[in-house]
Amino acid sequence: MTKLLEIHDLQTQFHTRDGIAKAVDGLSLSLDRGEILGLVGESGSGKSVTGFSILGLVDPPGRVAGGRILFDGEDLVAGGEKAMKKLRGKRIAMIFQDPMMTLNPVLRIDTQMVETVQAHADVSRKAALARARDALVRVGISSPDERLQAYPHQFSGGMRQRVAIAIALLHEPDLIIADEPTTALDVTIQAQILSEMQALCAQSGTALIWITHDLAVVSGLADRLAVMYAGRIIEEGTTAGIISKPMHPYTKGLIESVPQGKEHGTLLRQIKGMTPSLLKLPEGCKFAPRCPRADAACKPEPPLEERETGRRVRCVHPHTEPLAEEAAPT
Amino acid sequence: MTDTPVIEIDDVSKRFTRHLDIAERTANRLGAGIKEQTVHAVDGVRLNIRGGEVMGLVGESGCGKSTLGRMVAGLSEPSDGRILYRGQDRSAMSRAEARNAALKVQMVFQDPMSSLNPRLRVRDIVGEAPQVHGIVGRREVAAYVEDILEQVGLDPSTAKRYPHQFSGGQRARVGIARALAVKPDFIVCDESVAALDVSIQAQVLNLFVRLREEFELTYLFISHDLGVVEHISDRIAVMYLGRLVELGAAEDLLKQPNHPYTEALVAEIPTFETEKRIYSAIKGEIPSPLNPPSGCHFHPRCPHAHERCRKEVPVLKEVAPGRLSACHLNDEA
Repeated sequence: MTKLLEIHDLQTQFHTRDGIAKAVDGLSLSLDRGEILGLVGESGSGKSVTGFSILGLVDPPGRVAGGRILFDGEDLVAGGEKAMKKLRGKRIAMIFQDPMMTLNPVLRIDTQMVETVQAHADVSRKAALARARDALVRVGISSPDERLQAYPHQFSGGMRQRVAIAIALLHEPDLIIADEPTTALDVTIQAQILSEMQALCAQSGTALIWITHDLAVVSGLADRLAVMYAGRIIEEGTTAGIISKPMHPYTKGLIESVPQGKEHGTLLRQIKGMTPSLLKLPEGCKFAPRCPRADAACKPEPPLEERETGRRVRCVHPHTEPLAEEAAPT
Repeated sequence: MTDTPVIEIDDVSKRFTRHLDIAERTANRLGAGIKEQTVHAVDGVRLNIRGGEVMGLVGESGCGKSTLGRMVAGLSEPSDGRILYRGQDRSAMSRAEARNAALKVQMVFQDPMSSLNPRLRVRDIVGEAPQVHGIVGRREVAAYVEDILEQVGLDPSTAKRYPHQFSGGQRARVGIARALAVKPDFIVCDESVAALDVSIQAQVLNLFVRLREEFELTYLFISHDLGVVEHISDRIAVMYLGRLVELGAAEDLLKQPNHPYTEALVAEIPTFETEKRIYSAIKGEIPSPLNPPSGCHFHPRCPHAHERCRKEVPVLKEVAPGRLSACHLNDEA
């Protein structure tokens, strides 16, 4: 059986006055049916642009400059907007960080949901409305009949995000791309949304790409993790493997930067420096200038290599291999 | 360290009232009976912050934590109650005294982009206040600013830049430098690391820890992120809908939360998991402060709520040494 999603050497670039910013540079990734992938990275790492590229939502000055995105065997890049239109909202859906990107502020919820249903299914308004109502119930919205009559501004932030999720679920898509959907929400609401997404994906067998900057949030949800830095994947593997034994120094640094569970009041292990500008990327390994393990061997950029089964790492000095001086007896 | 707390928040309340506009007043004259709406943003909070400690203040959006922080920093006046700085009420001081006391309490805001003047260079943003208040002379100000920038980990050569020329983490540092420039001994940090990436957040948190030791600062550290607050704080206060619901030593409070709300917050701190985790959320959302629930504000979401919680407001009382909690369940156990 073919994979649900296969991305080969994706290149998404933005043309700016100061040059070409390669937001995504040679990214390859695959996803099985029903699998949950956490796509983790800091701002500017290209994680959101990857999501937008899959859905064909990259607007000028940005463009997908190369690579192939195969969804169920069909090439989305070559297919163009026409093919995309058939899939978007039906088989692939997206949930944005800000639900107001999904919702039209001047239309009632029922109008928006019925429109989405009828865009891909030839059903009556009544049947569409019933489906919309069911979707709202599934995401845990009480009194759905009254809620359908409301406008987006009458909802709280958490409720709006639920409505956005309900809209994404209307056609029971094969793949949902969720771009930081809980970042703007309070912790208690975040936990509610996470538990609902978890249940919904398990029920319907929907695959999920959860894009986030927060490794801790996604670690309890995802089957696999892919960590991005400067437009490329630098480490990929099972959640358990990456959290318990990070190989790339950046992944390890990210895990150590999170204050949870560290001894109280102590200094956190920090990654020095800051994310480089996409216009002025260093030569060789993009993380080398911030990396404690970098040396001359990092000059040619290391490829993303399989180090263990199902574990790909882009590093010449991963944490599983002792550095030369560490190995020397002291 | 003296026994007088640096900041004493004494039964402070803050109400925001939306006054009626002319159309509504006219309608009222015709007998429409439209009432003014009042939000109790902060409702009778008592809290002492001792010299040298870091007090964490957590709660969800709309719980009044930022409003309380602004009152402590002197940016808004309490509707009721008093805020004492080293045992003295600022509103009872002479103007010069009040100004000196106000200088000692500074605030670092969440969004440096909206709290730094985009048209001023960093050297003016940081250097203006100490010059105006006579902390440094006009001739020494440049060196003084460079010194402070170095303290917060910025290259002194960046002093001539504008805020937009910095990254998010650097802007946070400029905000901290500005607060430090007037030699405060108390800093209110309102979600100061919330907008930053994790790796940058760790750098800024470390900076806060270092500066505290170096300048003997006391912090009120406001955040919605219990994980961050736990790391930096000595004691933690938890707010819900304008009221303080629990207060205790940081580690202790996280290990053994007493109030059901704290318990729920602690359970939902994201932690690193190697197994899939079953998320079990508390139901419901934070109610509107315009129309708060009767009795204990938390009762509609509380799994242990009973009749008394609906009627009677629980009082914040000591449940263990140094631990205060406002929950009726403590009376029954």
